[in-house]
Amino acid sequence: MLEIALVSGLGLGSIYGLIALGFTLTFAVSGTVNFAQGSSVMLGAVLCYTLGTTLRWPMVLAIPLALLGCAVWGLVVERFAVRPFVARGSNAWLMATVALGIVLDNAVMALFGKEPRALISVLADEPIPMGGIGVYPLQLLIPAVALAVAVALHLVMQRTPLGLRLQAAVQNSAAARLMGIDVGRMVAGTYAAAALLAGIGGIMVAPLYNVSYGMGTLFGIKAFAVAILGGLTNPWGVVAAGLLYGLVEAASTTWLGSSATQIVTFSAVILALAFAPAGLFTRARRVRV
Amino acid sequence: MQHSLNRRSLLLGSAAFTVATPALLRAQPAPIKLGLVAALSGQSAKSGEGITRGLTIAIDEVNAAGGLLGGRKLELVRRDDESNPGKGQIAARELLDREGCSVLFGGIDSPVSVALVPIMNQAKVPFMGVWAAATNITRNGADPNFCFRVSAVDVLVDKALVQYAMRKHGTKSAGLMLVNNGWGESNRLGMTAAAEAAGLKIAGIEKFEDGDVDMTPQLSRLRAAGADTVFLVGNAAPGAQVVRGMQRIGWTAKIISHWGISGGRFPELAGSAARNVEFIQTYSFFGNLNATGQRVLAALRAKYPDIKGPGDVSPPVGVANAYDALHLTALAIAKAGSTEGPKIQQGFYGVENYAGLIKTYAKPFTPANHDALTENDYVMVHYVGEQIEPVTG
Repeated sequence: MLEIALVSGLGLGSIYGLIALGFTLTFAVSGTVNFAQGSSVMLGAVLCYTLGTTLRWPMVLAIPLALLGCAVWGLVVERFAVRPFVARGSNAWLMATVALGIVLDNAVMALFGKEPRALISVLADEPIPMGGIGVYPLQLLIPAVALAVAVALHLVMQRTPLGLRLQAAVQNSAAARLMGIDVGRMVAGTYAAAALLAGIGGIMVAPLYNVSYGMGTLFGIKAFAVAILGGLTNPWGVVAAGLLYGLVEAASTTWLGSSATQIVTFSAVILALAFAPAGLFTRARRVRV
Repeated sequence: MQHSLNRRSLLLGSAAFTVATPALLRAQPAPIKLGLVAALSGQSAKSGEGITRGLTIAIDEVNAAGGLLGGRKLELVRRDDESNPGKGQIAARELLDREGCSVLFGGIDSPVSVALVPIMNQAKVPFMGVWAAATNITRNGADPNFCFRVSAVDVLVDKALVQYAMRKHGTKSAGLMLVNNGWGESNRLGMTAAAEAAGLKIAGIEKFEDGDVDMTPQLSRLRAAGADTVFLVGNAAPGAQVVRGMQRIGWTAKIISHWGISGGRFPELAGSAARNVEFIQTYSFFGNLNATGQRVLAALRAKYPDIKGPGDVSPPVGVANAYDALHLTALAIAKAGSTEGPKIQQGFYGVENYAGLIKTYAKPFTPANHDALTENDYVMVHYVGEQIEPVTG
């Protein structure tokens, strides 16, 4: 049972971490987040299904195009649900991003249909025997991709001119503007990247689950809990929190039973935040008065 | 002159219309509206489509035979409950208050039907369940009770599933995988009682949510507890996750399922493992059909081009239950001689014999029994490709 809990927990935890990384990206640069991140998960899966299965385009084409669609969606969210409200100093972007997500879910429901569909993948067809259990190749690929994305993000932030400009925008946006950095474009870019990460999560989880207009809701909620748990400004903390969340979820189901899963998982989140309000892996900032 | 003639013609025409209108109205009496509150979208959309088809074929037959209550035609008014009890209640109130439906038919989701029970009993309008099997839909403790059913009843299904598994597969230790809602709970009670009565050990009981992505932890608990057969109660999408989860952990135990999986795209979602699941239905369009079966299959093929043969009638349980339920309802309305709810309720008790699709019904409803089907009316089936076929051997 330990092996099953580990495989299940690490797989789902990686997805949560990947989606939650999007929250940290936008929050770091703009102090805002896209509460419709779950809808981006769904959009990635639905676009991939539509292009790859319905239109029968090769997956090597369908996947990048689906991710491009997600990035464009991220830009739309920033332009219409975040920027106008931030410009007025309003926090209404909170509600606006939720509302835009609902609009997308319902538009997809009308266009894609209401029935869940199966995204067939050779990576989730026949399980590979491993330590007494069967594991789909996709289950091994998911943590690897999540880790690779986290490393790539880290390298972009630390080693590239773009990363330096982003860091400048994070540390002092007014000074960054004076230095000629287009902070507005940086913010829009992080929203596109956040939606793209969610899209990767959606495409990877779809063959293990199914594709439907409502599939992103639960992922979005859990990923936000993970982002808070890891610390909204700490990308590595968020990845670690995602894995931890997935493992706690799988372990509580395995050893305490399914009726205890949500009670244990969300109680653990509350308990963790009570002791570490800034997140498990982030030190609380001291405020001198 | 021309002008004068026209005016005269107009006056004559008006007079003729005034005289003729009541006659025209008499010739086209108001239809009797029958409502359907069912999942027409979402993971169980196929169930709603099947029910609609069964009701439509039966309505066509009743109307072709001249309608009811002196030539009044039957008219079906559908509302989508989206498998959501709250939406089902709103839909039911609208069908009763605005559309003036005389009888409401229900869909696949037990939580929705259970939520409609108090509304129907309060409104004193008959409710006819044609799929949802929760025991307390008809056995709800209300007096008078306006809820009837032509479908399986959980408490009887559970008995039938346990007996089938023990007889066919030699099941000695059962693991229950139940959806975490009222329907799952209804079956937990029924299955536990049925297993105890049959001397079958229950190794473990696990629950899942409709949106659960990975069910391997629950399944590994059941396997570790020594279950040799999994009894599944859930709809198509989560049911497929259970089957794929078992495939993933390499567990080859037999899966015996309630019929919720047949309400959606189970074979597509479950993949090749779908064939390993044996589940219950009340009717199969395969084999030697009686006269009603042959007539209904021919009507379905004529009306719906996608139906080429018996395997295309999917899900058969929705079609068959709805067809028989509509005819029994028509007989009750005829017996009542009215569209008033309390009179139709008494009309159901007055129905004597009806040679239906599933069986020949003899006094199907009494004040003590609102379920027209018994455990003798069930058949075990499985998927062969996209088609539902009886289990042989």
